[in-house]
Amino acid sequence: MNNNSVLTFIIKKVIRFTSLLFALCALSFVLISNSPIDPVKAYIGADMMNVGPEQRAKIEQYWGLDKPAHEQFLSWASAVARGDLGDSKIYRRPVIEIISERFAASLLLMGTAWTISGILGFILGIVSAVKKGSWIDKVIKWYCFVLASTPTFWLGLLLLIVFVVWLGILPIGLAVPAGVLKTDVTLADKLMHFILPALTLSILGVANMAMHTRTKLIEVLNSDYVLFAKARGESDWEIVKNHGIRNIALPAITLQFAYFGELFGGSILAEKIFSYPGLGSAITEAGLRADVPLLLGIVLFSAIFVFSGNLIADILYKVVDPRMRGISAS
Amino acid sequence: MSDYAINTANKKKQKQKFTINRRQYTFGVIGLSILILLSVLIASYALPDSNIATNLNAKNLEPSFDNIFGTDWLGRDMFTRTIKGLRLSVAVGALAATISVIIATILGMIASINDKCDLAVSWFIDLFLGMPHIVFLILISFALGGGVKGVVVGVAVTHWPTLTRIVRAEILQIKTSDYVKISRHMGKTSWYVATKHILPHIVPQLLIGYLLLFPHAILHEAAITFLGFGLSPHKPAIGIILSESMMYLSTGMWWLAFFPGLALIIVVKLFDVIGENLKMLYDPSSAHE
Repeated sequence: MNNNSVLTFIIKKVIRFTSLLFALCALSFVLISNSPIDPVKAYIGADMMNVGPEQRAKIEQYWGLDKPAHEQFLSWASAVARGDLGDSKIYRRPVIEIISERFAASLLLMGTAWTISGILGFILGIVSAVKKGSWIDKVIKWYCFVLASTPTFWLGLLLLIVFVVWLGILPIGLAVPAGVLKTDVTLADKLMHFILPALTLSILGVANMAMHTRTKLIEVLNSDYVLFAKARGESDWEIVKNHGIRNIALPAITLQFAYFGELFGGSILAEKIFSYPGLGSAITEAGLRADVPLLLGIVLFSAIFVFSGNLIADILYKVVDPRMRGISAS
Repeated sequence: MSDYAINTANKKKQKQKFTINRRQYTFGVIGLSILILLSVLIASYALPDSNIATNLNAKNLEPSFDNIFGTDWLGRDMFTRTIKGLRLSVAVGALAATISVIIATILGMIASINDKCDLAVSWFIDLFLGMPHIVFLILISFALGGGVKGVVVGVAVTHWPTLTRIVRAEILQIKTSDYVKISRHMGKTSWYVATKHILPHIVPQLLIGYLLLFPHAILHEAAITFLGFGLSPHKPAIGIILSESMMYLSTGMWWLAFFPGLALIIVVKLFDVIGENLKMLYDPSSAHE
């Protein structure tokens, strides 16, 4: 009974997820195929003058551009269903290869920022709530208040000025030093180039989590059972440990999974500033240079990424919380 | 913010003879914020275009009394560029907020018709929230062939889902309230209920939602411009200023990035403050959140 209801819930979610994903594919495809940007022209660039109408027709035929839109969509969709996203026009390699390669780099970046900002935000939120009204609470609140509206790219630029230009202790960009063979790049090099983008993303992610945790914990601390715990003589820390964290941990984790979308957006900007070769810089390039297969591929991938985050959040909320289980079992 | 407000109000009580209450303080904050925003707008028209003409005699100047934000590598006054860029941001923000409010109202109303419509609207909201926002902006910008149009339309048509969620929840709540049920039993039409009962209740929500959309819209406009989509490099826009500054940062010209970004944050925060404070006035219980 219990397992069944959880299973139906997950199946329902997955169906919704699939329908949304299919609609997103169609929407993206319609948007892109109606673009006035001529893919042939964008691909060839300045040499367009040297391309005759016959050559052009050949290129269009090769890419299938001469077929009507719905046929293009069907052939694209069936290829996608088989796991074939086509070839990137700027890299001349299968899109799926580029995505998996770039995603590994981005995942490292986003994963680090996600973990650090989640844990740090949670701790800051708890401190702020427990010491409500004190100077440390005010500092944390102001930090969050300002950071909630700070553009990722501006923060990145500031870090760049301070650590690279003024202090000169970190390298300026790219994932590896320039002019060094791939085999000669050490782990330390990679780490040095990784610090700034990860730091940018982490600092920004903290605000969201800290404010949320603070609000929730204050709510808990104002409850009758905490008053009772105080009356029993529990210390501040015991109250937070026994009554606070248990109540606020799950919403916080859910929030952090629902944060995937913003995290992805942030990584696009951070990767642009630091020329970090991840998915974010790939989509910017694909958009600017009209690489339709790559653009579509990454759009799809980002949607799957966000949906999975939301899906995990929803499922965690239902499945992990023992109180929810109690309701479905009865 | 709320604690801060109380503390400052309390301190003022202790120090000065004349006192202001919480409500007056809130009005004061809103008034001051509007005043600053207006002066930015007026300044953006008042500052002469000659300030941002190429002037190689005054290039790469550090901030000083003549050029408080410094000058760039073409001798253009950064203060003028920033202020004019902020005007564009505010204009894009206003357009995005207006369109979002219209879409949110219409969809919110549609959702309230019956369960199926409600399901469809929620599905739509999920669809539009399913992509990272910036990815969506890149996609729309590409679909419209880039340029100013791509950026403006993209920012304008992607900010409605969150507001729609709020409006939808609000309408559903009003619809199930007793007085609406009584009104229905008395034979009032759906149109009557919608315009006389529901609309007056959601107008303040819409106004606050309108203001709170500005920060998001402005920041997204700056972000997408920063990535290089849309606006031509000659247009004064914060995103362009910041992405240009990247090339000059390594030579130590920190003011190219620092001041424009700071000004952007201040403008965004002012909208935020106006919206949040209005929300407190309209719904005092939210002040304790």
